[in-house]
Amino acid sequence: MSTSTTIDVRGLSKSFGQVQAVTDLSFTVRPGVVTGFLGPNGAGKTTTLRMLLGLVRPSGGSATFGGRAYRELARPLATVGMALEASSFHPGRSARHHLSVYGTAAGIAKNRVDEVLGQVGLGDFADRRVGGYSLGMRQRLGLAFALLGDPGVLVLDEPVNGLDPEGIKWIRSFLRQLAGEGRTVLVSSHLLSEVQQSVDQVVIISRGELVYDGGLAALDGGTRILVDSPDRAGLESALRSAGADVLALEDGLAVTGSSAADVGAMALTAGIPLSRLTPEHTGLEKAFLDLVGEGGRP
Amino acid sequence: MFLRAVRSEFQKILTVRMWWVLLIVLVGYVAFTSGLLAGVFGGLGDQLASSGGNAPDITDAALPPIIYSIASSIGYVFPVLFGTLATTSEFRHQTLTPTFLAQPHRGTVLGAKLVTLAVFGALYGIAALVASVGLGASILSATGHSTALGDSDTWALLARVVLAMAIWAIIGVGLGALIPSQVAAIVIVLAFTQFLEPILRLMTSLADWAAGIGQYLPGAASDALVGSSIFTSMTAAASGAQSLEWWQGGLVLFGMAIVAAGLGYLTSWRKDVT
Repeated sequence: MSTSTTIDVRGLSKSFGQVQAVTDLSFTVRPGVVTGFLGPNGAGKTTTLRMLLGLVRPSGGSATFGGRAYRELARPLATVGMALEASSFHPGRSARHHLSVYGTAAGIAKNRVDEVLGQVGLGDFADRRVGGYSLGMRQRLGLAFALLGDPGVLVLDEPVNGLDPEGIKWIRSFLRQLAGEGRTVLVSSHLLSEVQQSVDQVVIISRGELVYDGGLAALDGGTRILVDSPDRAGLESALRSAGADVLALEDGLAVTGSSAADVGAMALTAGIPLSRLTPEHTGLEKAFLDLVGEGGRP
Repeated sequence: MFLRAVRSEFQKILTVRMWWVLLIVLVGYVAFTSGLLAGVFGGLGDQLASSGGNAPDITDAALPPIIYSIASSIGYVFPVLFGTLATTSEFRHQTLTPTFLAQPHRGTVLGAKLVTLAVFGALYGIAALVASVGLGASILSATGHSTALGDSDTWALLARVVLAMAIWAIIGVGLGALIPSQVAAIVIVLAFTQFLEPILRLMTSLADWAAGIGQYLPGAASDALVGSSIFTSMTAAASGAQSLEWWQGGLVLFGMAIVAAGLGYLTSWRKDVT
């Protein structure tokens, strides 16, 4: 494996005509951990990754691997491996030939082709034309391409897409293993739930702008208490006067920052009967949707 | 690094079926046409001439070059298509992504593709000559005509056929980069070479002022480079078509190839790959 480097994105911007796809994006991806690159479809993830790899020219800013732009790397495929979302295969070419064509161009040892095909579980299908591959097999071949140069940095665009549950389980442990070997791993997804079991750090973008950059644990929204009473208005004013943080919902009230016992005690003190008292774990997915969804920051 | 890129381009071609499918069609087409011509002019030409009919005025000495050069005068569309398909398939199957990831210097990739396709164009030329000379010379000698294979001029002509076919393949790569849509590129190549250009060559040969322009059409330049063509001998007798010197024809054709490749590089090749 080549040395792992950081991925440094600084003030990266891209506009396609009038459309601003990515705006002033800055973040750093560190070696040894799996970093999730999240955002809804159309948020600018793929455009950002393609700018990283020199396939799309940025309108402004820079993206470097340990200080060097992709096209300045002496041995690009041996430094950064990538699996991009689009299935970029000639359907009439076999998997072995596919890898060997690009391995030759990048000056990668021939024996790596069979090694990576075995690593992703395609060894038995190496001589079959890619046109007959299932979506899951194409994803595995994309991953084999990423691993071809045994790179210290891996950039994977939606690698979970199209995999069956067994494949998803496999890729999760595989990502962990790669990061455990000290590699820098950046994985994009539009669904937090797809990657939350395998990532440590997350970078979240929405409408081309950074909305979160930090640990996965810190993203968790915590627990809130759902509470209701036949006298909902009375309960709400009682809780507020007791100093609780109350949000009126359609079917009751939500209290954050207080335990269920506290909320029950407040109601008892005010003499208001309760019809419901339930703790609810809001979870990562909700926090993610709050960040990127309609209610999120602009 | 350039050599690695060239080897990669060779692998790209040899690992899919297109190269030999096109080659078989080329050889079959050239063999059929040159065999037919050798049979008609070799076997029946004498009778037609002696009967005083309207047979084209082709002397015995002009016959072998015309038949041998069928390889390029009719077969040139195959290296063009080959170059065009090899380039447009990169856009169509989005294989420019892995290509530019493995070799981020895009000019190097295009240069390697031009060199590779030129080699395959030359190989196509040799294969087409095997068909046209092999069948043509057999029929000529069977019907009692000279094959002219002992003449060094004939072998120089064969070499120029190979050169022309190589340049046509480069033109194909340039066209493919200029017109990334595979369907559009094929339609334009076929419509121009099989329909538009023959008409233009015929029409420009009818007036003196136009003939000077007509000789710069790519097919006419290619025929000038080779030095013989069924097309020029059919029209030249009846009209005023002009022809460039062989080296001028070669330069015109090569110039077109370089301009097409250069424009292709400046337009689609440098674009964002999304």
